[in-house]
This record gives sequence, structure tokens and C-alpha cells, in this order.
Amino acid sequence: MLELDDIQHILVTRTPALTGRYEFLSFQDSASARAWLAGILEKIRSASSVRSTVETDNRWVNVAFTYEGLRALGVDEASLATFPEEFKQGMAARAEMLGDTGVNHPSCWVGNLASPDLHAIVILFARTASEHTRCVAAHEELLARIPGVERLSYLDLEATPPFDYAHDHFGYRDRLSQPVMKGTGEEPTPGSGAALEPGEFILGYPDENGPPAQQPQPEVLSQNGSYMAYRRLEEHVGRFRDFLREHGKTAEEQEFIAAKLMGRWRSGAPLVLAPEKDDPVLGADMQRNNDFNYKKMDPLGYAVPLGSHCRRMNPRDTAANMNRRRMIRRGATYGPPLPEGAPEDGVERGIAAFVICASLIRQFEFAQNVWINDKNFHELGNEHDPIIGTQDGTLEYKIPKRPIRKRITGLPAFTTVRGGAYFFLPGLKALRYLAGSGNAR
Amino acid sequence: MTNTMIHPTAAPETATPEIVEDWSKPAAMAIPKEGFFKLEQGRYGPIYPKTPANHGFTIIAKIKPGTEQTIREYGNKIESTIKSLPDGLAVLQLHYLRWVLFEIGQDTYFMYQGIFDTDFDKYTEDAVALFTKYGINTVFENLEGFPMDWKTNTPAFLKFVREHQRPSFLEYAEYPYVSAEEIKKALRLKAAFSNMLDQMQ
Repeated sequence: MLELDDIQHILVTRTPALTGRYEFLSFQDSASARAWLAGILEKIRSASSVRSTVETDNRWVNVAFTYEGLRALGVDEASLATFPEEFKQGMAARAEMLGDTGVNHPSCWVGNLASPDLHAIVILFARTASEHTRCVAAHEELLARIPGVERLSYLDLEATPPFDYAHDHFGYRDRLSQPVMKGTGEEPTPGSGAALEPGEFILGYPDENGPPAQQPQPEVLSQNGSYMAYRRLEEHVGRFRDFLREHGKTAEEQEFIAAKLMGRWRSGAPLVLAPEKDDPVLGADMQRNNDFNYKKMDPLGYAVPLGSHCRRMNPRDTAANMNRRRMIRRGATYGPPLPEGAPEDGVERGIAAFVICASLIRQFEFAQNVWINDKNFHELGNEHDPIIGTQDGTLEYKIPKRPIRKRITGLPAFTTVRGGAYFFLPGLKALRYLAGSGNAR
Repeated sequence: MTNTMIHPTAAPETATPEIVEDWSKPAAMAIPKEGFFKLEQGRYGPIYPKTPANHGFTIIAKIKPGTEQTIREYGNKIESTIKSLPDGLAVLQLHYLRWVLFEIGQDTYFMYQGIFDTDFDKYTEDAVALFTKYGINTVFENLEGFPMDWKTNTPAFLKFVREHQRPSFLEYAEYPYVSAEEIKKALRLKAAFSNMLDQMQ
């Protein structure tokens, strides 16, 4: 039985936010940290609470902590020792394995995200700009009252128009393939596979391998918690559009190249089901747009290239133990949209997203290390993920085609990692435990 | 779970050799004592380099006294498993596995040598899942020091494997850097080509 009234809502619900902000905090002492948490606690709501009022709510708040943040809050060393090694080390320390090299390296990150002083994130999603402004001011008031908590940086989020469906700055429709947990009452869309055991995403529950094991202690701290890998990914929209123009003479050809990089048309229509021509009605139809496989329907990648983003991030029936590799994605776009036809303006824009899972090393890091940045994924030899893989200009991209495949050499980087961190997302009882004096050293 | 990852403090000085992957030219590679040229971290610890003989490991561990026959019987078990499920180990991208038992003094040791096309670090969890599925676990459970909670404690399993891994100091291949999939593709192509010639008679 899922304790939806104790789980932070970001794990289960999507909110109709069009704007928002992430604030990154540092705690100077544990008393201040606990005072701050106690001050924001009532704003942080459970999944069941948000579900019942989401249509009338105007803002939604979540908080999460780095390993150093838990220590700064006063969690004792015996308890800290029970957290997994990759979380203790943090994302920046694991950069090489994650593929965060060159301009993606933590030494180039912005917002102090690679610093051990990063202790907490506050996630604000808001329905309107005025609500955004009001909430930011309210949090500033709270911070002003507690001098021992410092704001290291923030990132304002904005949905990119048109607002009738979620998409990124490149124009790709998003939120098409999401795992569903047992006990949430949600039905997986056709083709998405059966609902998974909640322990794949939430601590304290059975996972696809059996009963929970190796959970951080004490139990009150880990129950209904989860891990979040944060990625701030700049999207080089001008460079992306130049690339499409270079490889496609007409608008149709450019759309086709964009689709071949992703594995779906920008409308969301999957290439497996619409291999030759875009089908926006299919793209928008959640009952049909995820209903396909690769092994039987496209084994050689004539529709969806073997190295495409979709095929790497969810190989479906062509990978082993898929149920142990699924991840919940949440997040938003940031930065102003680049108008169609406008040259690159040098303004940073992109996606600031969270990958939520019960094991960073088995889920997020595996995807990053093996699916995204293994040159030899599907025997491709010299490729990384064309959208979010590490690209240094020496790799290629192959598009299977009869009689002879198309091979693009020197693929440019369409994205750059500008920051990231590992967070622990506690349940509501755990937040109260962390805020309370019972937790004091 | 405590600190179960292995973090060597010093990287060897040896320069990484310039590699040209050419299947037509037999190649040998001498490897520094540490097992790698440059310290590169995988998810669970240092990554061992791809050599002309691709990736692989050699795990050597002492067996618990009196378990030799049990271990030998697993040879038969794996044989029949693969007979009924030929692609059962496909996910590991293997070329070869060799299981050897040998004595040093009064003790018996088990050697598990595998040659495959991907770094073991990458598909670790898949391997653990396979071991559970096919009962290879029981073989490991006969080894001294093997963590008995390995099914739910992948880091402890990995620590054991890495502590008992003996890196090669020389690897050679007659057809270097070729993957099992490429070999199978070439043989399929040859079969298809023979078939085509037959059809043209």
C-alpha cells in the first residue's frame, strides 16, 4: 500500500505549471537549517493532498537535500554511513563516468552546483507569473529571517510556447513515455508495459527484485523517500537548426532528420508507427503514441536508428531487465525561446530536469554511462546519444536506409551540461524528523 | 552498506598505447600491473581497458573445503540450461567462459575466466540478475568470503569480484578487437552469400 499522504507529490503527480524556479541553498549551521526547514514545511505537500486540489492550486513546492545537506541538517554519522556510495560522492565527483567531460565538466558548471556547499534545492512550480513572483518574495522573507541559510543560486523556469503541449526548445514533444507505479491508480498507456513495483522509485517498498534491502537508516528517514539526479542541460537551438538545414534541403527533409535523431517526429509521432511521414494526430494520441516495440517491429533500425535518443533511453524489448532501469522524469524548460528563423543569440536556454529513482547507480548512472555515452551501444562503434550524449566532434551518427545507410560524421553537440547534483527527496514524516530537535547532534 | 567501492589512490605512469583497431593484423598488448593504463572510473570502480582480446576478467578464489563436487556439478547444470535456452547469456556479450578448479597445497581454487565485448562494469546488475536466474549463485556461494546477501547487495557482490580479479599482463588476439556479434554477422553473411550462389546455379 503506497503511503501517498507521506510521499512528496513530485514523485507521483504532474502539475499544470507554466513557470517556476529552482533555488539552491547552503546551510551554515544545523540550527539554521532546521529552522528553515520548519519554516517551509507546511508548503510541501503530499501526493494525495495535491491530487485532490491540483485544479485549484496555484503553486507546488518540493524540497530535497544533498548528502552534505543531510550532514548540515544534523543527521548523525551512523545514519549518513547507511546512504549509498554514489549519493555520498555526489554527481560532480562522478563526472568522468557520467560523461561530463570537456565543456560539460563540473569545473565549467554554473550556480555553484559542483560545490560541497550545495545543501538543498527548493523546487517551485507555479501556474502564473504573478504567483511565481509572490512565492519567490515569500521565500526571500523566510531566508531573511534565517541568516544561517544562504541562497547559492537560482534558475527561473518558463514553459516554451505553444503551451497546449509540453515540449523542449528544439520543439520535440515531451512526457510521452513514463513508467507507472503500482498503487497510484494510474493505468499505463498502451505499449508502456505493466505498472512497476513502487520500490523501483520510492524507498521502503518492494521493487522488481523483491523486498526492500539496503535502505538508509533510521527507517523514518528513508521511508517514502527517493533520489533525484538533477541535470541542467543547455540546448543549442541555433546550432541544432543549422544542422537540420545542412542535412535537409526542404522543411520536410529537415523534419525527417530531426525525427531520425530522436526516434519520434517532433509532433511526438513514433517513427516505428509513422516511418515515412509525420502524423501529428498520432503524436498527440496517448492511447497510440507509445504502442510499439523494436525487436519485432524495427529490429534493424530502418525506422528508428539504433543510436537514436528514444532507442537509447528506453530500448524496450531490446534490453535485459528493463524494469530495473526505468526512471521518473520531471522538470521544465528555462530561458527564452529562440524564434524560428532567428540566428543563435548566445542566450542560455534548455531543460532543467530531474531523474527520480530508488538507485542512482542502477538507474540514472546506468542510463548515462551505458545507454547515452557507450560508444558501442548496439554495436554502433563510434556514437553517443545524438541529443544528450557527450559530443566532442569526433563521433558519428548512422541512419539505416536501404540500399545503403546514411552516415553523418563529426556530429556537433546540441546540448551542454551546465550543472547537476544528486539529491535525496525525503517523505513528509522524514522532513518533520529532519526539522525537529530530535534529530539534533 | 558501507564504503564498498574500490578507489585506488595512485594511477600507473604507463602511457596508454596508441590503438588502431584492425582485425586483419594480429595484435598483442602488454598491460601494467594495475590492470589499466590510466585510471578511469566506472560506476563501481576502475575500468579495465579493451585489449586485442576485448574485455574480460579472471576471477580466482579459494573454495570452501568439501565443495569441489558441488561446484563441478554446476558445469552440467549450466550445460543443460544453455541447451534449452541458447540465448540465455546473450546480454553479457560473451565470447568464451572458462571454469577451472586447481589445487595449491591443501587448498582448492576456482578460476572463472570470461572474455566478452563490454566492460563488466557496464552490465553488472544484468549479470547479477542472470546469476540469480540460472543458479550460478550457488557456485559463488561455495567461495570463501563471498557475501551471502549478494542478491540484494550488488555493491558487496562487486567488491568480491573486484577483489578477486587478477588482471592480465599480456593479451593477444589473432583477429583483434572483433566482437562476437561481428563474427556472427560475418558468418551469417557468408551463409547468405553461399545461399545466393546456390540460387544462381
